[in-house]
Amino acid sequence: MNSLMDHLIILPILLPMATGAFLLMFDDRQRTAKALINVTSTFMLLVIAVFMVMQASTQGPEGAAVASYAVGNWPVPFGIVLVADRLSAMMVLLTAILGVSALMYSLARWHAAGPSFHSLFQFLLMGLCGAFLTGDVFNLFVFFEVMLAASYGLMLHGLGSARVKAGLHYIAVNLAASFLFLIGASLIYGVTGTLNMADLAAKVAMIPEADRGLLEAGAAILGLAFLLKAGMWPLGFWLPTTYAAASAPVAAVFAIMTKVGIYAVLRISTLAFGADAGASAEFGQTVLLVGGMASIAFGAIGVLASQTTARLAGYCVLVSSGTLLGAIGMGNAGVTSGALYYLVVSTLAISAFFLLVELLDRVRAEGAHVLAITLEAYGDDEEEAEEEVGVAIPGALAMLSISFGLCVLLLAGLPPLAGFLAKFSIISAMVNPDGLTEATPIGAASWWMAGLMIFSGFSALISLTRTGINTFWVTMAERPAPVRVIEMAPVILLLSLTVALTILAGPAMDYMHALADTLYASADQVSQVLATPLVVDTVAGAH
Amino acid sequence: MEIILAIAIGVLCSCGVFLMLRPRTFQVIIGLSLLSYAVNLFIFAMGRLTVGGVPVISHGDIDPSHYADPVPQALVLTAIVIGFAMTALFLVVLLAARGLTGTDHVDGRER
Repeated sequence: MNSLMDHLIILPILLPMATGAFLLMFDDRQRTAKALINVTSTFMLLVIAVFMVMQASTQGPEGAAVASYAVGNWPVPFGIVLVADRLSAMMVLLTAILGVSALMYSLARWHAAGPSFHSLFQFLLMGLCGAFLTGDVFNLFVFFEVMLAASYGLMLHGLGSARVKAGLHYIAVNLAASFLFLIGASLIYGVTGTLNMADLAAKVAMIPEADRGLLEAGAAILGLAFLLKAGMWPLGFWLPTTYAAASAPVAAVFAIMTKVGIYAVLRISTLAFGADAGASAEFGQTVLLVGGMASIAFGAIGVLASQTTARLAGYCVLVSSGTLLGAIGMGNAGVTSGALYYLVVSTLAISAFFLLVELLDRVRAEGAHVLAITLEAYGDDEEEAEEEVGVAIPGALAMLSISFGLCVLLLAGLPPLAGFLAKFSIISAMVNPDGLTEATPIGAASWWMAGLMIFSGFSALISLTRTGINTFWVTMAERPAPVRVIEMAPVILLLSLTVALTILAGPAMDYMHALADTLYASADQVSQVLATPLVVDTVAGAH
Repeated sequence: MEIILAIAIGVLCSCGVFLMLRPRTFQVIIGLSLLSYAVNLFIFAMGRLTVGGVPVISHGDIDPSHYADPVPQALVLTAIVIGFAMTALFLVVLLAARGLTGTDHVDGRER
């Protein structure tokens, strides 16, 4: 094992770590140099992520190797193992895409709004990639903390009392969640004697009946920590305020942080509590299903009730999380593959929307009398000084309204874009749980879930249309919208990716189906990860 | 010994949760610290309680139950470092919030 490709899995962690640390050595006045290094590194991360997805998609569901890497040359299950299957590779790619676009956007002005933005940004990417790649429960905790520590800094980026207030709540809630994570992880270790996810999957079925309660309690407490990140009702009240208060590029990257929680839930529940788990099989699925549905309902009502566009976007995150959790709670490979497609599409769309929110507010700056009255009634006393920003590009308003229209279509799940395809594939798999050829009775849960998904789309449509009218029709902008190319480009990049996903829905869904199949039949993967070869073969010589 | 440790963890945890639900930022941070002590002790206890056990197992045919489990000790070390850093960071945000809002209420305003 000598070529760089063999060490591909660890690169998405090492590269941001090295870049972030290197950037700390620069003074904040050398902003251009820092930005240049950061952009280069993030683009390299994107290239690595594309390689990882290409490598992962050659892994067949029937037994071709899952890429795994024994960190520090410690044999599995004693050391930490990194695992890149289709799901991890896809999430790393999504992280890199959001990273590139948010970074481009921040170069317009946000990166200069406070110290150490570039380092924190890279550390956030490191934490995210690490959380997606690790195959060890405690290592997952460490990467969660790396991600959260960077996110605390980024959350406060730009300061202002609204950000500090929201940041205070965000940090307190997430610190409490970290303690829950530790309690859950140590309970699981106490019962099973392992922290390696693959080893855990192999051992869960062998746990004696007397200890099963402790194991499930540990898993439930661990799940609470994940669901709090994912923003499941009633654990997600912190989310809309925090995301609305964060600066636009930061909120755009934060769009994937809720997905880390969902990724962890999906990973642990399919590995440790899959079909092979004996008496613990399908543990907690009802909670996910009911909690997911409650989050959709809460998010949809929040979307309708939001007074500001940023809060609206925050509630869209909750709806997206709820849909995903509910779909995972169904425990059906078909539904999950639809949900994973939805995950990619909704993350891209919400991220683009968070970037658009700031641009829309800029357009609306002078003509928002309609909203101003209601805002006053609700005591939003934050007056942001609006200064002229950047050079206007011609046709900016048209570009903005087209992008906004695409966002509406994606978030509300209307045809012809990918948002519709995603919701359609979830609902279609729910009403045909055994495939299209088998006639099976449709459960009550599927009806409720489908109804709620359609209701949430409808509420998003109403609310976003209202926002669109208030922004583009009420405001008679006499001057062209002050939007710079570098701010518009990432939005267009993200939206064109969703259009590409719409056109290439066939190959994308094939990938998701293969992914979901391996998730629900994880025995192969578990044995492959447990048989991870050492990076450097020293053991043979030592004995 | 088990009962003493269990009571200690329980008292720390309940005090921590109580303080965390109080409206003053200082109470919240003390609550979080107490909770982190409780969690650290709990992780430690998950490696089973042994008195005078050596942490490292040597080669040969030995009974591992005479040795202390080294993994929770490593975990608790990591948890202490991370928890300490996060609490320090929270302290900074607390001070910033106090400076910006003029109050130590967690919502930035008195009721």
